[in-house]
Amino acid sequence: MTDKIKKIRLTDRNVKFLEKVEEISGESITLCDQCGTCSAGCPFVEEMDITPSQLMREVLLGQEEVLRARTTWICASCFTCTVRCPRMLDVSKVAEALRQIGLRQAIDEIDINIIDREEYRKMPTIALVSAYRKLTG
Amino acid sequence: MKVGVYLCQCGGNISNVVDLDAVEKYMDNGDDIVVIKQSSHMCSGAGQKLITDDIAAQKLDRVVIASCSPQFHEKTFRAALQKAGLNPYLLEIANFREHCSWAHKDKPEDATQKSIDLLNAAIAKARLDYPLEETKMKLGNEVLVIGAGIAGIQAALDLADTGQKVYLVERLPTIGGNMAILTKTFPTEDCASCILSPKMAAAQAHPNITLITDAEIEHILGHRLHFEAIIKVNPRYVKPEIDMDECIGCALCEEACPVETPNYWEQGIVNRKAIYIPAPHAIPYKYLIDPETCLNLNGGSCNACVDVCPQKAMDFDQRPETIKVEVDSIVVATGFDIYDATEKHVFGYGKFENVVNGLEMERIVDHIMEKDPPRQVGKRVAFVQCVGSRDEQIGREYCSRVCCMYSVKLASLLKQAKPGTDIYIFYTDLRAFGKGFEEYYKRAQKMGIKFIRGKPAHFTEDPDTKKVTVLVEDTLSREIIESEFDLVVLAVGLGPNRHSEKVADDLKLARSEDGFLKEAHPKYRPVDTLVEGVFLAGVAQGPKDIPDTVAQASAAAAKVIVALAQKEFSLDPMLAFVHPELCDGCEKCLGVCPVDAIVMNDDDKAGIKETLCIGCGACISSCPTGAIDLNGYTNEQLFAEVEAALKSKKPGERRAIVFGDSGSTYRLADTVGVRKMKYATDSRVLMVPSGCRVTPKLILFALSKGADAVLIGDSPVKGNRFEWAWDFTSANVESAKAKAAEAGIEGERIFSIEFSAGDLAKFIETMNDLSDKMARLEPIPDDKKSSLFDLKR
Repeated sequence: MTDKIKKIRLTDRNVKFLEKVEEISGESITLCDQCGTCSAGCPFVEEMDITPSQLMREVLLGQEEVLRARTTWICASCFTCTVRCPRMLDVSKVAEALRQIGLRQAIDEIDINIIDREEYRKMPTIALVSAYRKLTG
Repeated sequence: MKVGVYLCQCGGNISNVVDLDAVEKYMDNGDDIVVIKQSSHMCSGAGQKLITDDIAAQKLDRVVIASCSPQFHEKTFRAALQKAGLNPYLLEIANFREHCSWAHKDKPEDATQKSIDLLNAAIAKARLDYPLEETKMKLGNEVLVIGAGIAGIQAALDLADTGQKVYLVERLPTIGGNMAILTKTFPTEDCASCILSPKMAAAQAHPNITLITDAEIEHILGHRLHFEAIIKVNPRYVKPEIDMDECIGCALCEEACPVETPNYWEQGIVNRKAIYIPAPHAIPYKYLIDPETCLNLNGGSCNACVDVCPQKAMDFDQRPETIKVEVDSIVVATGFDIYDATEKHVFGYGKFENVVNGLEMERIVDHIMEKDPPRQVGKRVAFVQCVGSRDEQIGREYCSRVCCMYSVKLASLLKQAKPGTDIYIFYTDLRAFGKGFEEYYKRAQKMGIKFIRGKPAHFTEDPDTKKVTVLVEDTLSREIIESEFDLVVLAVGLGPNRHSEKVADDLKLARSEDGFLKEAHPKYRPVDTLVEGVFLAGVAQGPKDIPDTVAQASAAAAKVIVALAQKEFSLDPMLAFVHPELCDGCEKCLGVCPVDAIVMNDDDKAGIKETLCIGCGACISSCPTGAIDLNGYTNEQLFAEVEAALKSKKPGERRAIVFGDSGSTYRLADTVGVRKMKYATDSRVLMVPSGCRVTPKLILFALSKGADAVLIGDSPVKGNRFEWAWDFTSANVESAKAKAAEAGIEGERIFSIEFSAGDLAKFIETMNDLSDKMARLEPIPDDKKSSLFDLKR
């Protein structure tokens, strides 16, 4: 038990964020039943800070902090969740949409100019690709 | 008297354990026993021929058969007696197989002794048998359907189509019930009134249906396929069509009427006048005046409607009329009331103007779709599920089954009519179990309706904007949501219609724990009640949606048709009767009978209404003079049976007399035998119709004749076919204990116990414990026995 209970207020801004993610991903987030199949089947879930289903929930509730979750970046788009979702949702696409939004907001987790060589070797490829894409996009 | 005794070997099932030759040798050997025969199978043609031949040749007038339990072949043997010209009720059966040879296979001597006792009891009872006749009752085809919602209408139409004459009675001034209030229906989004109106019209037009609206059931008398209903029809204060000066529906009166009052059909969101037509699709489609709000009818001098009416159709002098109908069967379709959310203060219903219930929302959404909304819903709307359902705080443990889907429906319709609305459904469990429901729910999710798992716990109203702030945990993300809504819709659950109580009480219908009317069996008799000829349809029996209601209504109609197709039916003759010479007219029995079957005759002596009595025997212990008795189980017979069953008891032996109700305990003892399960051999189970038939005198008599203990077994309170039985049984046991105590006899010798038909282990344990208890107690000394009770009757 670490963080305090979060209290949220639903406003039009939350709805707009949800609609934006739905538009970019092409997925109906409100269809998610929160069954947890995606989270339990995810091969990287133990590296994540929130599970894929939590990610879906936060998006439904319009919580923009989800953009700062590690989960989006750890997702390697292996599609395990996508092929298993009983509601036929493509969770990978939602993660991708969040990455896109995050990139456009220039939320910066990595500055490639100051990465030392040791860290560079350990970094996930997807993070590097994203970092470069941000600079070239 | 000539008694024939037949011992069945049952192909060895009996004779391999019970020594039938010893039975012949040691059994009651009265002079009146003229035939004793053994046969390998008494139930076979050859076995039955033995009986019929002897009746013819020896002029037998009583037959006693020692065989399997009467539940198997009593009917066979009665038919044989009838064939030979002997009254079928001059037969007794001793249960040698289930109660003796199978249950005590390992103790053949005890089994033989028990067989002799049971046979002697049967012979003693047979001597006191007398011919009984089954009264034949003619059946008509008239049916009363109470409640004209969709359930009642459907049942009435099915009945009328098959030629039954139906009285369809409705409390409100229009038929249609709650369904007529709904907007569209889930999951197909058919318009409710569009699919209901044709049925309403068909019910009105059907030549076999008499529609009685704005009417209340004052009283129903009857039981078992014959009922008499007194119906009070309220005045409409507008003359009916048959008069020359009838109402022509011009609506001038409605415009002129100065009174505005909430319209029930609109759930109060729109007003109506004091003279009104209940709904656009009302049937009958006629004006009526509401006596509660009309100024003239409340002592005022207003004459606005009369002044404008071209026909002068108003008649303020009309009074309620009482009509009486006699019917053969009844369908109870009294429907439901929604939960009154004002009871649960936390939701702010009735206090906050933007908190409405589901039924009000039906009308609001309907008007939004019609684009004439009397009120707006705003941008953000919340639905709160399980209001008045699944809440033990208010004594409602059950799920109302329709609220999840009606909320999904209302949300979907609203979203379609106003796509910009942000809709949240706060639920505890989302139940979408019916055909097409899950798909419909998914469609709502896809539309963007947000389903949040959590029950809102706190509601506050902004005094300026009147918006409602709701606090709820999203139990999936474990975050607390505090948000403001323009409208909060409470998905209120369903409860039994409060107006149905009178009907249920008059008909003695049982209720389940949730308060809804109880079906005779939850699986196999779902539309029957324990009252013969009364059937249930719709939400009166328990919450259900429209398709289930319609299916149940048709099922109820079918069961009525089955019941009436007999054309006539026989009354079981095992009913109460009065010995007039003993009755002193004290009237103590009158209040006792749970089905009101006892009446005082003109000669000031009690009499039994045969069509009402159901033969439970509860009245018998109430009669101080022993004047009330029960055919098939008379006082004399039961005393004789007990005495005979105890006659063989030797010093040092122990005996328990067990009175087992025919529906449960006796059959349980049979089942234990069928399974070849063993138990103590010192009990003798005698059949009674119900535990409440056993009087305190009978209990004490058994003790005085040598019983070391008396046990009354009856089916559990819940599920007892005589639901009142235990009230009487417990009182009788207490009374017997008190008298036994006076004579210095231990109270623990007398007790009662609940046995359901499947309580095998409990039965065996009880019999074994009873045996141990008797062994522990000293025998009752003779002086105490004789002080117990001065016998006879």
